[in-house]
Amino acid sequence: MSSTVITTDGLLPKPQAEEVNYLNVEHTISSWLLTGDHKRIAILYLISTTFFFFLGSVAAGLIRYELTSPAGVALESDTYNKVFTAHGVIMVFGFLVVAIPAVFGNFVLPLCIGARDLAFPRLNLGSWYMYMTGGSIILAGMITGGVDTGWTFYTPYSSMYSNTQVSLVLVGIFIAGFSTITTGINFVVTIHKMRAPGMTWFRLPLFVWAMYATSLQMILATPVVAITLLLVVVERTFKLPIFSPELGGDPVLFQHLFWFYSHPAVYIMILPGFAVVSELIANFSRKRIFGYHFVAFSSLAIAGLGFLVWGHHMFVSSQSMYESIVFSLLSYLVAVPSAVKIFNWTATMYKGNVRLASPMIYALAFLMIFTIGGLTGLFLGSAGSDIHLTATYFVVAHFHYVMVGGVSLAYMGALHYWWPKMTGRMYAEGIAKANAILIFVGFNLTFFPQFIVGYLGMPRRYHYYYFAPEFQAYHIMSTLGSSVLGLGFILPAFYLTYSLFKGKKAPANPWGAHGLEWETSSPPPVTNFLETPIVMDEVYDFDPVSEHAENMKALEKAEQAENTSEGQH
Amino acid sequence: MLKFPLAPPQASNIAKAYDPLFNTLLALTVIFTLIVCVGVIFFAIRYREGSKADRSRPLYEHLTLELTWTIIPTILGLVMFVWGTIVFIKMKNPPKDSQEIFVIGKQWMWHVEHSNGVRENNTLHVPVGRNVKLTMISEDVLHAFYIPAFRVQMGVVPGRYTTLWFNCNKAGEYHIFCNMYCGTQHSEMGGKVVAMEPKEFEEWLANGGQSSAPMSMEQAGAKVYAKVHCDNCHGKEDNLHAPSLYGIYGKRRVFADGTSLIADNEYLRESIVQPYNHITAGYGQTMPAYQNQLSEVDLINLVAYIKSLGSTIEPAPSSLVNRASAITEATHSNSSTTLKTNAEQYNEEDHNATPTHRGKAPAVGAIAAEGKDR
Repeated sequence: MSSTVITTDGLLPKPQAEEVNYLNVEHTISSWLLTGDHKRIAILYLISTTFFFFLGSVAAGLIRYELTSPAGVALESDTYNKVFTAHGVIMVFGFLVVAIPAVFGNFVLPLCIGARDLAFPRLNLGSWYMYMTGGSIILAGMITGGVDTGWTFYTPYSSMYSNTQVSLVLVGIFIAGFSTITTGINFVVTIHKMRAPGMTWFRLPLFVWAMYATSLQMILATPVVAITLLLVVVERTFKLPIFSPELGGDPVLFQHLFWFYSHPAVYIMILPGFAVVSELIANFSRKRIFGYHFVAFSSLAIAGLGFLVWGHHMFVSSQSMYESIVFSLLSYLVAVPSAVKIFNWTATMYKGNVRLASPMIYALAFLMIFTIGGLTGLFLGSAGSDIHLTATYFVVAHFHYVMVGGVSLAYMGALHYWWPKMTGRMYAEGIAKANAILIFVGFNLTFFPQFIVGYLGMPRRYHYYYFAPEFQAYHIMSTLGSSVLGLGFILPAFYLTYSLFKGKKAPANPWGAHGLEWETSSPPPVTNFLETPIVMDEVYDFDPVSEHAENMKALEKAEQAENTSEGQH
Repeated sequence: MLKFPLAPPQASNIAKAYDPLFNTLLALTVIFTLIVCVGVIFFAIRYREGSKADRSRPLYEHLTLELTWTIIPTILGLVMFVWGTIVFIKMKNPPKDSQEIFVIGKQWMWHVEHSNGVRENNTLHVPVGRNVKLTMISEDVLHAFYIPAFRVQMGVVPGRYTTLWFNCNKAGEYHIFCNMYCGTQHSEMGGKVVAMEPKEFEEWLANGGQSSAPMSMEQAGAKVYAKVHCDNCHGKEDNLHAPSLYGIYGKRRVFADGTSLIADNEYLRESIVQPYNHITAGYGQTMPAYQNQLSEVDLINLVAYIKSLGSTIEPAPSSLVNRASAITEATHSNSSTTLKTNAEQYNEEDHNATPTHRGKAPAVGAIAAEGKDR
């Protein structure tokens, strides 16, 4: 590391006892629940998103179990509909939208730019409370009867026909939405105003760039869905004519408003995934990311164009043909920056010194899976080929390749990458690597068959398919895969928790990574840096050539030693 | 045995236009996925830390390379966009000579009406080789009409008409699915397309939704009579095995235990389902009991036929009026009873409607007032 960081070394006597850090500075419950420290808030988010992820996964498991038989196994259709709605709502609003920004963005972003905290610490804590309030209301709705509309809440079913807890859950999502908006504002202000001296825009790690793009989308898109969902509640409660044609409304209007948010929401979910993968690939290839500017600007291009493609969800909705064609064209254009990113990440490894540590395995798995997820998006972005595939399991497979294979793998990668920084402990690397491969295999086994069964015509949100038994083989494969995948998500809970108590103490920079967050101790002190760091070097300033030369020297030495020892025998 | 089909049937002109588009996209997907996967694995191995591969002059930025992998995907993307749009425009514009059929979606059934007023539920009969345009609307929530084998799908929206069209090119039966979530029984809101040769279709339409002219009750009963081989024993005259049924209706029958009854509907039905309750004097317990073997419709028709036996009046001519009674359910006797409520509900709404027998067995989607065995 060549950036000039004034640390305690030499200035202060090394403390004998354990250093005071953000974790051990205070231990009371109120010190956690009323904290303004972005790191503690990140931990609160980590625990709560994990809880929601667990609930969503249980629902997913139930769905997969139910689909092993063409006529269902255990559930009534009404219950099944509530289960898949719960899965969608909890995963999207409770986990995917929140997970990476709120956990890793919160924890790492200020560290990455050399700031002491986010710009508005109390607003940050408020975001968590809004998230928890929204989440609790959503759960209350699920417990007191559930919702059966699907996470998309299409009208007029949601506004006039469903007699489940739609209003309550929508209010929950509405409140949770504000948590996203305030987090976005916090990030944008922090990135603009709180960068350390010398941290210019083009020295920002790509993680920060993508977080910036994400935040813009959060701020601009979330209010639209918040209002839209509120309109549904208003129509349900007061029978005001908005979406229902019986009252004089327009049912398709809802879809426009909903996807105006929810398509950007896809990028709100995936851009943080890109953010993480950029970090992982650069740091574990030990090389500056290939085409830094292209990768950075592609995030912004995706964020911008992402606002203009919502209509590709509506090719069969009865929107005009010309509208569909324009949306189709724009959808093809938004695919290009994603492709650029993939190629740049792959090229980064060229002539690097690739370390296949567990976070890197997650990143590589992400690359391969996201490529398939992105390319299958082209089938759905082209109006002609979408007609047969829309709303089938092909779509289900596609967005799970993007959301689970993309976001969740990036999330797992981030968790393994920053775990030592967050907790100060190292986990068992061997089992973590094996787990990454387990998830990769389980994931593909689960979702690849769904592409085929979707192409055959299996509609999504179907409880029964006894009239089309030819679908069953693929459903069984998918369910088998999901149990492998489930195991892959359960294991980390054990070995990571174990590491908290028995893991080796983590050094400040266990990966030899480049970035300000690695220059402070693990876990970081309350103020992140004891002295404000001054950035003098470029981002990802690795030197693969000399590093390689050193590696070769070491290798030669080892060989020589081996030869001499062999000679002695 | 589990089957692993890889593609749906290709049964329309739209499907013919669609599949090359899909396959090209598939090929591009496979190629690009391979490029990325091979690249990732190859680099990860060749440039793993400590490998001897050459690292001199590493690349960090390369404008030509960036432009290459920006422009090539853009061009390929635009080509696929244009192609997809051409297919899409074809899908969206039904030819002027299309035969129009109306479809109404409601929770949770499809109601179809043909131009001459023939109606059917959850089944759509179409002619092969003709352009067919569906004009659709919903009575309640959003639905979507989806025929995978034709690669056509369109939303069915309350308050406005939507259309889709196709030209089916292969006779057969294909799935219809509702592909927009619409509530409790969404997954059961489906049925089948029955694609028929044009001549057959015209006949079907002219016969009011049956593949042959409707039958009277006596005709239908005669079919049951032949099907279960009543005539093996019951001849024109009394014989060793069984009494004759000719002219039996309305006669007093004397039984082995000395009692007697008039042979009315009730008696004839009982003698079929439980023949040993009242055995005609002089005969043994040789007739099989048809309890649960024949449906009530079959029994009513059978009794009507027996009534007509030996009478001087010829069987009544066929008429459209009693076409519902022409259902011969002899083959359906094992159809599942689950989900019957659904089927009955349809019948309450419209007595000409077809009950949809979607039992746990593969699609038995019954066709409008038509027996399977004809």
